[in-house]
Amino acid sequence: MNLEIITPDTTIYQGEAELVQLPGIDGSFEILNNHAPLISALKEGKIKIKKEGKDQFFDIKGGVIEVLKNKVLILAE
Amino acid sequence: MPSLKEVRIRINSVNSTRQITSAMKMVAASKLRRAQNAILNMRPYAQKLQHIMQDLSSDMEGSDEGLYSAIRDEEKILIVTITSNRGLCGAFNANVVKSAISLAEGRYAEQYKKGNLSIMCLGKKGADGLKSYGITPVEVNNEIFDDLTFDNAVPIAEHLMAEFAEKKYDKIILIYNQFKNAAVQLLQEEQFLPVVESDDGDTNGEENNSNYIFEPNKEEILEALVPKAIKVQLYKALLDSFASEHGARMTAMHKATENADELIKDLKLTYNKARQASITNEILEIVGGAEALNN
Repeated sequence: MNLEIITPDTTIYQGEAELVQLPGIDGSFEILNNHAPLISALKEGKIKIKKEGKDQFFDIKGGVIEVLKNKVLILAE
Repeated sequence: MPSLKEVRIRINSVNSTRQITSAMKMVAASKLRRAQNAILNMRPYAQKLQHIMQDLSSDMEGSDEGLYSAIRDEEKILIVTITSNRGLCGAFNANVVKSAISLAEGRYAEQYKKGNLSIMCLGKKGADGLKSYGITPVEVNNEIFDDLTFDNAVPIAEHLMAEFAEKKYDKIILIYNQFKNAAVQLLQEEQFLPVVESDDGDTNGEENNSNYIFEPNKEEILEALVPKAIKVQLYKALLDSFASEHGARMTAMHKATENADELIKDLKLTYNKARQASITNEILEIVGGAEALNN
């Protein structure tokens, strides 16, 4: 799936990913390939991205996520 | 005719002024490029945020009696002027100050007389300008432009939002220069709070029936999104003003450099004339002296 993480200052991630783990308001959740359309609010925490077996982490202070047709968009702060 | 020495001193002083203005022009140009980049980086975020909010609010019309959209009687008004910390940028700051004054004496004259109109200044020059009109701003923040990032803009936005929520102000208006291009700035006066619905008529005809899953639920997501949108609005105004400032300074300094060039040209002419005159004088004296000896 295609993943984009955007902050007001810059785009911090753009590209493919196999798995994203996110700090949702009601608890942590993961998104895999072909996830159903979703809009959710995020709270402070870590985003974990898995790509070709490698893990990558980003700290965020809150944000929103939109998933649509295998495109994941995260607006983070 | 001024003496040779006087003209030489003037040429030197104009020359050094020219060097300063042309250096300032270069600095402004490079800062402008950075400020423009910041705007470009911020734009996708603002667009996507707008997009998500549209998706969200498309089928929950009219139910947003939110904390920040409550329209109250306009009794206590706050005007936020965004200017620069430094001068030498043409009419950039004066325009903002003028617009604030005309609001205070025109549309909000009643509130102004009752003392219910406050002004907050982001940027030193706005505060200075208003003080010369006898208006003392309630708050001045000069540090924001030293390091303009979203993280630094958030506390100001939160502060304004809190004051609006506490009913300290019924309406907050932003006055700033919008960046159009390096030479053109548009003075903007926009309502910051309560939130105005941005009805751009942007119904792309594209029905978004994607049946989103909302987690935890629509209302809560919207509640989290609205403050973000407000912060982004302030940040955008700050960035716009910052880029405009450098654009305006670049233009002003370019003109100053050109004027200095012209001055130098004129002075050089005067200098050469004076030099020629003194040489002619000397020759006349020598010839006169030789003639006197011959006789």
